[in-house]
Amino acid sequence: MEIIMAFVIGFLFMAATYLFLTKSLLRVIIGTGLISHGAHLLILTMGGLGGKIPPVLTNGAANGDYADPLPQALILTAIVISFGVTAFILVLAYRAYQELGTDNMDMLKGDDNNE
Amino acid sequence: MSPVFLIFVPMLAAILVPFLFKKIKNMHTGWFVLAIPLALFIVYASFVPVTMKGEFIVSELQWIPSLGINFISYIDGLSLLFSLLITGIGSLVVLYSIYYLDKNRESLHNFYVFLLMFMTAMLGVVQSENLIALYLFWELTSISSFLLIGYWFTRDRSRFGALKSMLITVFGGLLMLGGFILLGIMGHTFSIRELIGQTPELASNPLFILALVLVLFGAFTKSAQFPFYIWLPDAMEAPTPVSAYLHSATMVKAGLYLVARLTPIFAVSSTWIWLVTGIGLFTLFWGSLFAAKQKDLKAILAFSTVSQLGLIMSLLGAGSIAYHVDNAANSVFKFAAFAAIFHLINHATFKGSLFMIAGIVDHETGTRDIRKLGGLMSIMPVSFTIALIGSFSMAGLPPFNGFLSKEMFLTAILALSDFNLFSFDGLGSLFIVFAWVASVFTFVYSFYFLFHTFAGKHKPEELPKQAHEAPFGMLLPAGILGLFVIMIFFIPNVVGNAFIKPAVAAIQPFLYQTPSDIDITISAWHGFNTEFFMTVGIFLLGGLLFWTLEKWRKAYDLVPNSLNSLYDGMRYMSETGANRFSNWYMTGYIRTYLIYIFTFLIAAVTGTLLLKNAFVIDFESVSSISIYTIIVIVILIAATTAILFARSRLTAIISLGAVGFSVALLFVIFKAPDLALTQLVIETVSVALFLLAFYHLPEISRNEVRMRFRLRNALIAFGVGVTVTLVALASFAQKAFPSISEFYKETVETEAGGGNIVNVILVDYRGFDTLFEITVLAIAGIGIYGMIKLRLSRKENKLENK
Repeated sequence: MEIIMAFVIGFLFMAATYLFLTKSLLRVIIGTGLISHGAHLLILTMGGLGGKIPPVLTNGAANGDYADPLPQALILTAIVISFGVTAFILVLAYRAYQELGTDNMDMLKGDDNNE
Repeated sequence: MSPVFLIFVPMLAAILVPFLFKKIKNMHTGWFVLAIPLALFIVYASFVPVTMKGEFIVSELQWIPSLGINFISYIDGLSLLFSLLITGIGSLVVLYSIYYLDKNRESLHNFYVFLLMFMTAMLGVVQSENLIALYLFWELTSISSFLLIGYWFTRDRSRFGALKSMLITVFGGLLMLGGFILLGIMGHTFSIRELIGQTPELASNPLFILALVLVLFGAFTKSAQFPFYIWLPDAMEAPTPVSAYLHSATMVKAGLYLVARLTPIFAVSSTWIWLVTGIGLFTLFWGSLFAAKQKDLKAILAFSTVSQLGLIMSLLGAGSIAYHVDNAANSVFKFAAFAAIFHLINHATFKGSLFMIAGIVDHETGTRDIRKLGGLMSIMPVSFTIALIGSFSMAGLPPFNGFLSKEMFLTAILALSDFNLFSFDGLGSLFIVFAWVASVFTFVYSFYFLFHTFAGKHKPEELPKQAHEAPFGMLLPAGILGLFVIMIFFIPNVVGNAFIKPAVAAIQPFLYQTPSDIDITISAWHGFNTEFFMTVGIFLLGGLLFWTLEKWRKAYDLVPNSLNSLYDGMRYMSETGANRFSNWYMTGYIRTYLIYIFTFLIAAVTGTLLLKNAFVIDFESVSSISIYTIIVIVILIAATTAILFARSRLTAIISLGAVGFSVALLFVIFKAPDLALTQLVIETVSVALFLLAFYHLPEISRNEVRMRFRLRNALIAFGVGVTVTLVALASFAQKAFPSISEFYKETVETEAGGGNIVNVILVDYRGFDTLFEITVLAIAGIGIYGMIKLRLSRKENKLENK
């Protein structure tokens, strides 16, 4: 399973990178969404996908085949942070549309007269 | 007072200068300054009996003892000679400057502060026994020289000359620091005397030659040797007292001092002898050749200084050969070092006086252009007499001191031709030709300087000022130096015993126990030997060339000034080159920078994987594949592909939502309920935000287009994907340790009293992460609020709207 997941994650990273390199600001932000998904799945996969039971103790049994809880905690933190950042960037993009009237990355470049 | 403190006396006095200048208006500030070099000169003169006995005075001031870096003043024959030159000529120059610089029009407080700073720096260079302290003072001379050359900072040429000299001397100084550090590494000490003690071990070190070459870079740039002499003619934009002091008598001799001081360390190497002698001779030849081309009085003197410094340098190189010949005490090479020091003294006297005369001519006629001058002999008789003494001495005529040192120079060079160590044979005769031709041209430019200024027809209509004789105070220092020029000719052996022999004993310490062991006496008459006929030849051919000067001088116009254009070209190239390079890679597009980043990431990571042979796939510990997972993965990939090919952005946004929900499903399958919950909620909110942004898209970009396919971007994206996959596979296959999660599972109930391990980790085991993640959300919220509410730019001129 992990090997398949490695390829899926690679595909997500590839798509995200391609979106980063486009002109449209919105697509760049979609790319950040994809790359966070890729990173989260990567953390989960690297922790191992073999657990049979969710990491919640039932009847205090400590010796079951639990999924690894640590990567899950890390991902939870990462999801929240990436959400905060994505929300911020989206509003920033929205403000940029309002002020500059364009979402074309090529036109957001300053020139000698206007930097 | 301990001699090490004497070094800092001028620097400390410099602090008072601005107060004196501001408070005492009716007296020239120079008079107060004059006391300092004069007092120091007297103190140093009192050390002469000590060094004459071959003894030395050491005093130390701790600076960074833990690193072995201290101010150590080491006064032996060599450093005392230089100290006396610095303070003696320093006093005369200060006296001269009192009359040269007007107290009402010039900013004297700057001038004397820089000058005193320079004096400390120079005393520090010649007395420092510690290499790092020597370097410190060395750079201080560069800085104070920069300030003095740029003294009239409103003139373009001054700033150009100051910058040029700064760049070249600091370039050499930094290389020299490298050489010093290498010496320190090899010998485990920065003390020059201790390094001299371990010469044989140093010479066998592979770093030795590198250190040697680096140190020589410093000496050659400072002493204006070929091809680094180009800063010296441009430094003539400085006030004339500065040119006389720094650029003839003291600073340019710092390189010579360094070569002389380090000769006991480096002379064992043939590279040293070759470089010092060869470059010195070539500089002598080159400088003398181009001096007669110049039209500016100070430029003639600058080229002449370059040439004479080359002469002294070549003699120091020849003196180093004494380390290689048997029975050196009887050979002629010990003579070379003696001649070098002798000429160094002579040059300081006559060149100092000549610069002062050039300054007087400039001051009293308003020009230094030799084409406008002439016939000043009867108007300025005293200046003419002093100029005659200086020029004749420079040309090597009796009865002036230059004659004696030139004879000794010829003797030393003649000896070089008989010498066949280090495959010198054959080349020796070439050396003689170079030296002889250089002497002929020295004769020509000395006469050119003297007679084209003072003889010929007076041209009052071309002079900006009515020419008249200079005030007594200006003539006095030049006259004193002129007097020395004659005196040294008549009593050379007094000078030899008092100053030269102790200095030579410092350069060639292995030859002599005490300075009095050196059995060299200088005599003006040697009999009819080769040197005599060479001198006669110089006078005859030099006289002939001077007579026909106007006829062949046009040949100079054919020679391009290639070294200066090389320097200008290098500066231009490095500036425009750096600009062009920045403009080439700093395009201003974020995409370009992302491409750099991604390309580097791919190259670095896959490169490391390949080079370290780190790529492994492990099929053993993988978990089983379930059909549900495959279905979700297919959906996920389909949704991602849809984003890439979507024509409308709305489709892309919806597809991103689909990806997010598939990820949530994967979380469910992989037994992560909390993650699935959070992911579902957050994906919903995110998609809503994306839709908001989409809704507010400006009209112009509403006409949606599909992303245009770009091969380069696709390749980079593919590379990133492959890299991530490879890293994931390789790191999964090579787990070094088992997870620490067993600890959490065992203690979550007993220690933390909870059942949901993920939640307990978030708020108990690793609660700090959560605290700051909350902070991140808070900051994002405040930031978003601020972005929407604050509209400062609206009040300003709206430049951004295109």
